[in-house]
Amino acid sequence: MGDPHHGQLISSTLLEVRDLSKYFALPSQWIRRVVARQPRLVLKAIDGVSFRIRRGQTFGLVGESGCGKSTVARVIVGLHTPTGGEILFEDKLVNARNDRSSRASLQSRMQMIFQDPYASLDPRWRVRSIIAEPIRAFKLAHNQAALRRRVAELLRQVGLSPNDGEKYPHEFSGGQRQRISIARAISSNPAFLVCDEPTSALDVSVQAQILNLIKELQRRLGLTYLFISHNLAVVHHISDHVGVMYLGRLCEVAPKRNLFSQPQHPYTRMLLDTIPDLSLTGRSRQSVTGEVPNPINPPAGCSFHPRCPAMHARCQVELPQLEASGESLVACHAVQEGRLQ
Amino acid sequence: MALLEVDHLRIEFPTRRSTLVAVDDISFSIDQGEVLGIVGESGAGKSITGAAIIGLLEPPGRIAHGAILLEGRQINGLPNEAMRRIRGARIGVIFQDPLTSLNPLYTIGRQLVQTILTHTALNAAQARKFAVDLLNDVGIPAAKHRIDSYPHVFSGGMRQRVVIALALCANPDLIIADEPTTALDVSIQAQIIALLRRLCREHNTAIMLITHDMGVIAETADRVAVMYAGRIAEIGSLRDVVKKPKHPYTVGLMASIPVIDEENDELPHIKGSMPGLLEIPPGCAFNPRCPDVFDRCRRERPDLMPTGNPNQIAACWKYNGTNTNG
Repeated sequence: MGDPHHGQLISSTLLEVRDLSKYFALPSQWIRRVVARQPRLVLKAIDGVSFRIRRGQTFGLVGESGCGKSTVARVIVGLHTPTGGEILFEDKLVNARNDRSSRASLQSRMQMIFQDPYASLDPRWRVRSIIAEPIRAFKLAHNQAALRRRVAELLRQVGLSPNDGEKYPHEFSGGQRQRISIARAISSNPAFLVCDEPTSALDVSVQAQILNLIKELQRRLGLTYLFISHNLAVVHHISDHVGVMYLGRLCEVAPKRNLFSQPQHPYTRMLLDTIPDLSLTGRSRQSVTGEVPNPINPPAGCSFHPRCPAMHARCQVELPQLEASGESLVACHAVQEGRLQ
Repeated sequence: MALLEVDHLRIEFPTRRSTLVAVDDISFSIDQGEVLGIVGESGAGKSITGAAIIGLLEPPGRIAHGAILLEGRQINGLPNEAMRRIRGARIGVIFQDPLTSLNPLYTIGRQLVQTILTHTALNAAQARKFAVDLLNDVGIPAAKHRIDSYPHVFSGGMRQRVVIALALCANPDLIIADEPTTALDVSIQAQIIALLRRLCREHNTAIMLITHDMGVIAETADRVAVMYAGRIAEIGSLRDVVKKPKHPYTVGLMASIPVIDEENDELPHIKGSMPGLLEIPPGCAFNPRCPDVFDRCRRERPDLMPTGNPNQIAACWKYNGTNTNG
C-alpha cells in the first residue's frame, strides 16, 4: 500500500496511527488445546488500522457494536498495549517502551471522555476533587489557591457554577455529569481528546447541549478530537473526516461531505440507508440483510462479502486494502475495479 | 370503539417520606390495528404506563386513579389470574433486552409451544407446527432445525425476532413494545422495524411503541404521544407532530435532533434538563425550560387542549381559547 494520505502535510498532523492492531487471546480450555490440538482462539479486535487526524479537527469513527472502534480509542490513550503498529503523537512515536516521565507528559496531552457519565465519576469524591485529580497528578498547579482557581475556571468553561465543585456526582443529571467528565478531561490542558460515545447515554435534548459544548471547546481551546459513535447523524454533525469500521478494519475514510453525499463502500452505503428518515419523505429504507459475523472467525477475504450486494469471487479470497478513490480511501474490490458507481 | 382506552391514569409510588407521582392524569386511546408511538426522555413515565396497562407495575407502584379499558372493559384491578389470561392472549409484550426476556434454560421451541398451549386450543403437535410457522414468519432461517436451540446461540437481532414470535403466539389485539430496537445495532434495527410493521399489518394488531428514539417513531407510528415529566405534552398524527409540533417541548426536541441533510454549526437545544419526580415545578412542568413561558404557565397546570389542528392536541396555555375549527 502506498501512502494513501497523499496531499496532507505532515506538520498539520497531530495524531497518526499506522497499521495498528490489537488481538485478544480468548480463554480456551487447556485440555482441548493439548488433547484435541485446537489452536488458541484469537479475537482480532482491530487489524491493520491506519489514519491521521489533523490539528484542530475532528475525526469521527463509526461502526456497529463490536467493530473495534472503542478498542482503537483505548489503544491510542494507552489503556491497551497494541499488538502491532505504531502511534505517532505530535510526530513522536508513542509506545510502551517510553520512559515514565515522557509517558506522563504525553498522557497529560491526551485525555478521554467515556460513554457512561454514571460509571466514569467516583461517587465518593467531590466534583472539585474529581476535576483536580489530573492537575494534581501532572503537578500543573503550584499551590492550593491556584488549583482552586483553575477548578472554578474549568467548571465555568463547561457551563457549571464554581459552587458545584462542592457537590457529589449523584446530585447532577446525566448531562451535567458529562460536563464534569469534560471538565476533568480538559483540566490537564490536553491537545487531543478521545470521545468514546459521549452522548449515547443521554437524552436527545441534552445530547444537543453536550455536542454544542464539545464543539465550542474545540473552537476556544484548539482541541483535536477522535469522536467515536454509532450514531451517523451525530458523527455528521461533529466531524471533519470520518472513518467507517467493520469487523476491526477501516473500510472507508473520507472527508465528511464526501462520505455522506457520495458513500462508496457498500457497507457505508448500507449504514447510510439505515438512518431513520425524520423528514417523512416516505423513502423506504433499503432492507439490509444479514448480520455482523462472528469476529472470532471472520469470513475470508473481505469480511463484508457475505452481506455485500456487489460481491465477486475475488472478494471471498483477497482482503481489499484502503486505496484512494477521489478524495476518499476505500477498501473494496468492487470500487477499485470500477464495478460500483 | 377504541381498542384500548387509558382514562385519567395516575400512577404513584408511595415512599416513607412522600408519594412520587410517576404518571399524572394521562388519557389516550389506541384503535384497532393502529401504531401509537409514545416518545419521551428517560424518566418521563413511558415504560411505567406500558407496565400499568399489562398489569406488571412493580410494587410499591400502584394505579391511584383512572381506568384502563380494553374494548370497553376495565382491566386494571382485575384479579391476577384474569389478568394473566389477558396478558399474552389479548396483549403481547416485547421488552428492550431480548436476552433477559427469554429463559436461558429452555429451548426457544419449548418456550413458544408452552405459550401457544397456554393461550390457544391447539394440541402439542399442532402447537409445535405453529411455532415453526411463526419463526419462519419472523424471518429465522431454517426454523425447523433451530427451534430446538437455546437462546444463547442466537444473535441479538435473532433473539428479538424470537421475542416478537412469542408476543404474536396467541394473535393478540395489542402489542406493547418497550424500546424494542434500542439494544440492537442500526442495521438490525431497520430489519426489526420493518418486520414489526409488516406483521402488524398482516395480523391487524395494534402496537403501543414506547421509545426515546424519534427516528424509530417516524418510521413506524401512525400517531405520536409526547410525554414529559409524567404528563402527555402533545398527541397528534405522526406528520403533524414531527413536521408541525405544537408544544414548545416537542418543538425543542425535534430541533435538537441532528439531521444529516442539514449543515449547522450549533444545534438548537433546550436549556436545562427534565426535572426529577421530586422537583416537578408548579404549573406546567416544562415552564422553567420553556422559551414561550408566561405567567399562567407558572401557576396553573395545562391539560391537553385543541391547537387549531383537529388532529393534534397539546397541553400548553399558548393554545387556550384556540378554536377547533380555527
